[in-house]
Amino acid sequence: MASVCFYFQVHQPYRLRRYSIFDTVSNYFDDAKNAEICRKVANKCYLPANQCIYDLIKLHEGRFRVSYALTGVVMDQFASYMPEVLDSFKRLADTGCVEFIAETYYHSLSFLYSRDEFREQIRMQQDRIHELFGQRSSVFRNTELIYNNEVAAAAAELGYKAIICEGADHLLGYRSPNYVYRPPNADIKVLLKNYRLSDDIAFRFGNRGWSEWPLTAEKFAGWVNDVNGDGFTVNLFMDYETLGEHQWADTGIFDFLYHMPGQVLKQGNDFKTPGEVADSYEVVGEYDAHHLISWADTERDLSAWLGNAMQSNALTEIYKLEGAVKAKNDPVLLSDWRRLQTSDHFYYMCTKYFADGDVHKYFNPYESPYDSYINFMNVLDNIQSRAK
Amino acid sequence: MLGWEFPPFISGGLGTACFGLTRAMSELGHEVIFVLPQAIAENANAEHVQLRSPTPAQIARAERSTFTRYFPAGMTNVEVRSVPSSLRPYDRPGDEQVRTTTITRVGADGTMEEVVVNENGEEVSAADQPTSVIDHGKPASGSGHYGGDMFFEVHRYAKLAVEIALSETFDVIHAHDWMTYAAGIAVAAATGKPLVVHVHSTEFDRSGEHVNQRIYDIERQGVHAADKAIAVSMLTRGILLSRYAADPSKVEVVYNAIDKNGGVAEPPPSIRRDEKIVLFLGRITMQKGPEYFLMAAKKVLEYEPETRFIMAGSGDMIRSSIELAAELGIGHKVMFPGFLRGDDVTRVFQMADLYVMPSVSEPFGIAPLEALSNDVPVIISKQSGVSEILSHVLKVDFWDVNEMANKIIAVLRHPPLRAALREHGTFEVRRLTWKESARGCVDVYQAAIARRS
Repeated sequence: MASVCFYFQVHQPYRLRRYSIFDTVSNYFDDAKNAEICRKVANKCYLPANQCIYDLIKLHEGRFRVSYALTGVVMDQFASYMPEVLDSFKRLADTGCVEFIAETYYHSLSFLYSRDEFREQIRMQQDRIHELFGQRSSVFRNTELIYNNEVAAAAAELGYKAIICEGADHLLGYRSPNYVYRPPNADIKVLLKNYRLSDDIAFRFGNRGWSEWPLTAEKFAGWVNDVNGDGFTVNLFMDYETLGEHQWADTGIFDFLYHMPGQVLKQGNDFKTPGEVADSYEVVGEYDAHHLISWADTERDLSAWLGNAMQSNALTEIYKLEGAVKAKNDPVLLSDWRRLQTSDHFYYMCTKYFADGDVHKYFNPYESPYDSYINFMNVLDNIQSRAK
Repeated sequence: MLGWEFPPFISGGLGTACFGLTRAMSELGHEVIFVLPQAIAENANAEHVQLRSPTPAQIARAERSTFTRYFPAGMTNVEVRSVPSSLRPYDRPGDEQVRTTTITRVGADGTMEEVVVNENGEEVSAADQPTSVIDHGKPASGSGHYGGDMFFEVHRYAKLAVEIALSETFDVIHAHDWMTYAAGIAVAAATGKPLVVHVHSTEFDRSGEHVNQRIYDIERQGVHAADKAIAVSMLTRGILLSRYAADPSKVEVVYNAIDKNGGVAEPPPSIRRDEKIVLFLGRITMQKGPEYFLMAAKKVLEYEPETRFIMAGSGDMIRSSIELAAELGIGHKVMFPGFLRGDDVTRVFQMADLYVMPSVSEPFGIAPLEALSNDVPVIISKQSGVSEILSHVLKVDFWDVNEMANKIIAVLRHPPLRAALREHGTFEVRRLTWKESARGCVDVYQAAIARRS
């Protein structure tokens, strides 16, 4: 029997407004645009997808199970702009079939720059999850699945029994991502993303040039079933926005989602949340990640956030302010500073594929990575003056 | 090829483009007969070459003799036929009144001297002043007279071009910008060969809405008579379709390029100062937006006082620009070194921390490519053709002075921004070669020939 383990990342950043060097007021965020995007994605993805998953849980009487990592900043934006999305997540939580995963409140790269800030942000996110859904997480995942042995050890130290990360070929070698592993340096289970099957849904589903198009529920359930004999679990990790936003409804993504669980169950396989996978299966080997990996691009490294001089400069500068900002004891200043830590701001500065106009451009509210850096540094300049 | 300017007679992008294209064509194995309107230099050994117009006697002498014919070095398939003419690429009817202005010239070593220049920014020695530099051998008189003279020159050049054409064999005629269109049409009529006109700029770019009707008519006639037209950008193509009613199936876009000539490894200027240098380099005319540069400079100086602005170039707005700088109270921070060429251009790029091209309407804009190939970060206006092909530069609307200043300040303040722009910009500009442009032109030639058959 193979277990399908769904994990969805749910996140929206607080996008900055145009902030020139001549601006002096301290409202940095583009409320109108953030509200608009939040509503748009809620209507295209969050609300219909939550409904679909709720229906599936009812239809299969609890045998369909999923997990979510909601960032603090997306929960805040739902509360401000689309409270009905939070309600629909609460309804899902009440089914008992949904697990919420721990992560940093601000979807930040704080692990790399400040362990204090890292722990603080996880605690904040956990408090919010508990407040909204009455759960405490037992599984952790770091921003954009940024991972190495150190991250695993830090999660173990915080008491998590499992951590989610990318199943990178260069670390697995001949081995399969469909088992449970552990890092060499800590007592925690590592769940690896099966990127082939995950990306079949997340990236290739609507691609008519793909040899497997159209992907039907039956076909996919067959691929899941093929895992039997070499693995216990198929970890399907993806952005929640895949459903309806990256893959539009007219690709048939919701029909696929609705029919796939029945097909999987019919062949004798099941669904488990990450916590249940960790409880059910023993570790078979070591996943040894000395260098940082992530789930981004083909490189699976950090170059989308830390690939050029602007990005490392902006990150260094913002964490330099930690002491000064915290010493001010000003909750608004602290919140502003933390919202600026959201990894998306640094992703917008990525020059890697800029000229080719790919996925990076699609999600980028700026005309160029340079514009985003200039804007960010102008805001940071103002934050700095407030922290003096 | 009916074109313009071969080194050292280069005063702008048009000459650079003709030269780059021709050399690349030669490398690709295409034979080019280049008909070059060439002024007769009275004192050819002068250090600062001053283009002189021929006297009627000289023209007559030249016309009696055979056309000068030479093979430019390094171009095996190119033969230049220079014809005596007083046409110059950036002349305009009505330019007869030569005004002079005193400007400050910055030397390579940072020294400054005051020099007298004419309105094209060319240095004028005191002895030259009484007899104006652009003296077309006619008695000074009203502007209408001179304007007529210029259009006369366009037709005389056409006549000479036809004479050359009748004694040559070739497959296609390629004419660059309006002053050669009449010649292109005439040669096409005389020989039956297909005509390709290459639009480097239009009257709307040069004059805004105050177009010279006769120039517009010549441009329109050229674009309509041509079998194919080449626009230097989508921006220019759009103007040809909307303002000249050009047939969309006729107009193709071929972007300009730059050849990195290895780069002379000059030592950096001896006085590496605490000041940052922001550079404007181009003709100082309405089209190039010098006043927006100055208004942005004013704002930048409020935040980054240790900055110097250099406006290198010549043009009819040089005087008003100097006055505007003074009015804004930043005269001491803005320098006008006049028209630069050759090593002086390289030197000024090496001094610059940032190059800004605030053009109001720029069909293409080769100077930003030169800046990038000299490792200088670049800000360009969105109203430029070159912005269609450059990603790793900063872009602003020419009128958005605040945003221009915001970006200038950011470049001056943040070394990582300069580093990223340089690193990616240098890489990007390397892909834009004249060979690629020449291939684009050859494709257009083939289409033009196919239209005839």
